[in-house]
Amino acid sequence: MKQLSAGIPVAAAVLFLFGIMAWAAPAYFSAANMQDLFLASVPVLLIALGMTLVILTGEIDISVGSIFAIAGVAAGVCAKLGFPGAAAISLACLVGATLGALNGVLVAYLHVPSIVVTLAAMIGWRDALRWATGGAWVSDLPAGFQWMGLNQRSYFAAMLVVALALVSIFAFALRYMAAGRAVYATGSSMEGARLSGINTPVVKASAFIALGAMTGLAAALNAVRFNQIPSNSGLGLEMKVIAAVVVGGTAIRGGRGSVFGTILGVILLGAIGPALTFVGVSAYWEKAIQGGIILAAAALEAVRRAFDKRTITQHAPA
Amino acid sequence: MFAMPAPLFEATSIRKDFAGVRALKGVSFELRAGEVHALIGENGAGKSTLIKIITGAVQADSGTLALSGEIVPRMNPVIARHLGIAAIYQQPSLFPDLTVAENIALALEAGSVWRLVRWRGRKQIAKELIERAGGSIDPERLASTLSMPEQQIVEIAKAMGANAKIVIMDEPTASLTEREVESFFGVIRALRARGVGVIYISHRLEEIAAIADRITVLRDGETIATRPASEVDRAELIELMVGRQIASVFPKHDVNLGKVAMELRKVTCRAAGVSNISLSVRRGEIFGLAGMAGSGRTQLAETVFGLTPADSGEIVLSGTPVKISSPASAVQHRIAYVPEDRRQHGVVLEMPIFANTSLASLASVSRNGLIQKQKEQDLAQQYLGQLRIKATSVHTVTSALSGGNQQKVALARWLATKPEVLILDEPTQGVDVGSKAEIHGLIVELAARGLSILLISSELPELLGMCDRIGVMHQGTIRGILMRKDATQQSILALAMGHG
Repeated sequence: MKQLSAGIPVAAAVLFLFGIMAWAAPAYFSAANMQDLFLASVPVLLIALGMTLVILTGEIDISVGSIFAIAGVAAGVCAKLGFPGAAAISLACLVGATLGALNGVLVAYLHVPSIVVTLAAMIGWRDALRWATGGAWVSDLPAGFQWMGLNQRSYFAAMLVVALALVSIFAFALRYMAAGRAVYATGSSMEGARLSGINTPVVKASAFIALGAMTGLAAALNAVRFNQIPSNSGLGLEMKVIAAVVVGGTAIRGGRGSVFGTILGVILLGAIGPALTFVGVSAYWEKAIQGGIILAAAALEAVRRAFDKRTITQHAPA
Repeated sequence: MFAMPAPLFEATSIRKDFAGVRALKGVSFELRAGEVHALIGENGAGKSTLIKIITGAVQADSGTLALSGEIVPRMNPVIARHLGIAAIYQQPSLFPDLTVAENIALALEAGSVWRLVRWRGRKQIAKELIERAGGSIDPERLASTLSMPEQQIVEIAKAMGANAKIVIMDEPTASLTEREVESFFGVIRALRARGVGVIYISHRLEEIAAIADRITVLRDGETIATRPASEVDRAELIELMVGRQIASVFPKHDVNLGKVAMELRKVTCRAAGVSNISLSVRRGEIFGLAGMAGSGRTQLAETVFGLTPADSGEIVLSGTPVKISSPASAVQHRIAYVPEDRRQHGVVLEMPIFANTSLASLASVSRNGLIQKQKEQDLAQQYLGQLRIKATSVHTVTSALSGGNQQKVALARWLATKPEVLILDEPTQGVDVGSKAEIHGLIVELAARGLSILLISSELPELLGMCDRIGVMHQGTIRGILMRKDATQQSILALAMGHG
């Protein structure tokens, strides 16, 4: 289907990068390094899945970094109060979903531009958290919270299962479910979708809620890897996530993109930094290269749109 | 005969290929000073390409362009403007956040970025040009506050300011109502009286008969004929355009009307600006809704369809009063609405045909929220055949279809909801003559199968030719309902303008 073809350039880029690494530094593919790479990418991946939904509906959410911080702290506090790890993780999801719902309602029902709503949320929640914690980190976490009570090895396996499951659910829902079709239709033409009987405000609000929940989950699953939860975590996370989605071929104006592309976007942007270290290039180049990739993705999208327009005008009324 | 002076403009044996596809295969076209020369043809006949060549937007592969007998060796937009060629398009291209005077000045004032603006002079010039274009618009108004005809007048003022000798108008009346068209024609006649040559492109043959002096028909990139407008009739023009005979212009035939399928009783929606609407549509009936733009026809459709639910009055379906609070509930009650402006709202251009077809009836092709691929594609396949949609397969992306076929996909989407009442809003707007006849045929076929059809159209001949009864709207309410045998253009217009 056409939605998948948007991921082809980034797939090529990933193959290219891995090809170079296989030739220049085979050690890059060691199990340990792959495991590190994966674990570091899980939060971005999970949030990017939700972000794909939001961007597909034609909206954006730049508050995920702040929501990530709040949800992480909430999970930690919950664990310190003696609740089991599962409860802490659920609470983080709930907190994320609630904050996402707030964004979603403002955007979908009050028609405030999402960039404004989530900018306010990004700043507001960040400061609110600073005020609530006084900047203190959550430490002395109970032992059961660490690694979700697992050892590092089984934690890795668990993450692998969680990531695979969520990726499958999102990809499946977008491709094969009526709800997914509604997401694409809303992003392609909101008025057209509305006229087709699709409840577009519900679609948009749900996308924000899903993104919030995924952000909360990512925050909790990430928090268990460390023995303290910083109250300023997730700074700049929104940019990483949005970059991955865009690089994955999802159109920033909505209506076109795929989970498949997003995964590749996460892999590409996540794999570059460590790759540079392996081939002995200064890590300072990482951001510059990522910037270049984002630019290339945006340019490709612009070319694609221009091409689409051309094929459309050829058939337009003479 | 007197020796004819060289025509104002002449294009001879113009050829143009696009990526191997021959768009123009030797088109010749001649425009005299002080004439309105209509250029007609089906979509893809080459009208747009010819216009682009005349305005210099694209270069011809071979052939010559001549102005007053002098050959123009090279044409580009700057030269075209310099030579006095101006174009006015379907959608006015004004800057919405600038004033009328600024918009005109932008088109006319040349010079460096650093020049100083003489505001008073600007306003004065704008005012004069607008008066010459036959309007009276305050030059200080923002373009976004102008109505469609006012915007067209500003476009014409721009052309006049540039001392245009040749004005190309590409479907300039597409967004105007009948009355606005009349005053717009006054402007064109004034241009003609001043010796300007007007190239007029339109799908509306009635308009062409009313305004054109000569008509040139293009088909498949060739000039088929150039005739004086007074010597051809509608049927002949259509035949020339299509290259085959179209059985009858409107295929409407009498259908045995069944029971009343939908009745509106004093339906009012303040938010939509419709009040006190009472009408009934029987099974098999085509009920037309006439009226000026802004008279509330689309708003009435949106109220019936639940987009702006009615706040008082009753909607009665097959004898049972129902409450329609959302499009979803309208679909449940077997009401379908094919909206105006198909490119924006009727179809999702990026989606393949099958996804567009199922979009309003996803529930019926899915189980537990899961779309059943085969069922979905069978559904689309069925309508591909039934509506004679020209596409390679149901997987074809909708943006690749012609306007008429896109409209059929929009229709398929709504037929897939198995409606009993079908509301069609300007179903043939911007569709070429051949597809138009086909869509008319489909509408009649659907009515014959027992659907009740509410047909909104700004084209009076379409309403007169297609409908059993016509309700005429004015200021949000129905001023009168005319039977097919009693309705004439005059009687509809009188009601639509609030008389009678």
